Amino acid sequence: MSLIFLFLYLPIFVLMAFSFNDSKSRVVWAGFTFKWYQRLFENQEILGAFYNTLTVAVVSSIIATLLGTVAAVGITRSKKLTRKLIMNITNIPMINPEIVTGVSLMLMFVFLYNSLGVFKPGLLTLISAHTTFCLPYVILSVMPKLRQMDSNIYEAAQDLGCSPFSAFFKVVLPQITSGIVTGFIMSFTMSIDDFVISYFTGGTTQTLPIAVYSMTRKMVSPEINVLSALLFMFVFILLVIINLRGEKDKLLSTNNL
Amino acid sequence: MKIRLSLFPYLLWMAIFVIVPMMLVVFFSFTDSSGSLTFENLIEAGKYSAVFLRSISLGAASTIICLIIGYPAAHFISKANFKYQNIFIMLLMIPMWTSFLLRTYAWMTLLEYNGLINRLLNFFEIQRLNMINTPGAVMLGMVYNFLPYMILPIYTVLTKIDKKVIEAAQDLGANKLEVFTKVIFPLSIPGIVSGVTMVFVPSVSTFIISKMLGGGSILVIGDLIEMQFLGNAYNPYLGSCISLILMIIIMICMGIMNSLDNGSEEEIFL
Repeated sequence: MSLIFLFLYLPIFVLMAFSFNDSKSRVVWAGFTFKWYQRLFENQEILGAFYNTLTVAVVSSIIATLLGTVAAVGITRSKKLTRKLIMNITNIPMINPEIVTGVSLMLMFVFLYNSLGVFKPGLLTLISAHTTFCLPYVILSVMPKLRQMDSNIYEAAQDLGCSPFSAFFKVVLPQITSGIVTGFIMSFTMSIDDFVISYFTGGTTQTLPIAVYSMTRKMVSPEINVLSALLFMFVFILLVIINLRGEKDKLLSTNNL
Repeated sequence: MKIRLSLFPYLLWMAIFVIVPMMLVVFFSFTDSSGSLTFENLIEAGKYSAVFLRSISLGAASTIICLIIGYPAAHFISKANFKYQNIFIMLLMIPMWTSFLLRTYAWMTLLEYNGLINRLLNFFEIQRLNMINTPGAVMLGMVYNFLPYMILPIYTVLTKIDKKVIEAAQDLGANKLEVFTKVIFPLSIPGIVSGVTMVFVPSVSTFIISKMLGGGSILVIGDLIEMQFLGNAYNPYLGSCISLILMIIIMICMGIMNSLDNGSEEEIFL
């Protein structure tokens, strides 16, 4: 087991160690330095790509969360046949290989741009593509929460004089919030990490993964090690926090019992 | 069929961004640049059958390696103390969350002819190995990137097995091996099925791993598609056709996998 973890982590640690290397070489150690860190933060291309990545991730995960939550409510209340059909459509972007989703969207964006002049490859196409591949994950995290919920409560709220609309906001929404938050976080992280679909739909607009890809093609760029070290630390801290919060929740819920 | 109002925005979105693009892929597969119907693309794609075979065999081999390493690992984690289980799972998830481009790049620096592993070998006066740009390197990249996708679903299924079933088998006189082959393994098949799918689909359709660790000498389906859309060989008609074939291959493989597991309807998701 420890061999597996060594296998999984060794390459990352080597990469991180060489982010402090005082030479362009990726193999020869020439002393400790922070200069690549400084160089990274002066690199306009990377900062621009980072900004694009964040914009796309925030906007597309918000749209996906809104659309997906409303859809999940609709799907749960549909008849069995409609539900099955819609779930099959929902599964398409998840089952399809990423590259096929990417090229199919690219075909459509190119077609739309050439015939109607809309959807010029750029931020807009990136946002629509990311929203599309995030939507199924939002629906799959919200639906179980809706199914767990007692539908009588919603009806009771209406019997007691709530309009269907306010009954939804006051009764249903608080019970599915955790599912919505999970869906949002999943969308956000997947959007930030996506390379393949952005590569095909982004045109010349760079996101962070695309910038990383073009850096790996050039072969000589220690800034890339810095970037991976920073991203790795960020994810590590984030996951530790999530896990600690989970532990706390578990403690609280056992105390309540 | 009555469709609810709350479904309209979603269905409209999916129609525009999923159904229409898929139909375009099918449409482009059977047309040429003048817009007339043709089967030329299919014949052209047939010339690349060696590439298809290579992709499928590389993907299948990586999937099998992942299963061989992943199953015992998942079994080990599911047997560990509950507190350690969470730590193990977190340690498996962290690499999944870091950019796979960077993780593959890390292997590039290790495997190169002047890379760290060869320097180490040189230091001990062992002959340098030619590791990068070989099918082995590509397979290593696939196993490295997709191994967690094999371990996690198998682990989930193993933890859900009712301990009483295992105890019952032991009470009825089954030894350790029999408990495993007759109880635990059959019950874990749904996990294996989803693990295999989650490893096979990305391995067979990747183009970055082969590009970075195969150095362009090992052409796979993903590379072919990429070349037709963004490379020098710009030909979206042929590219669509190859994408369509890739989709069909994956559907067939998933159909076979699912038929192994027709007993359980429950979906295993992380």
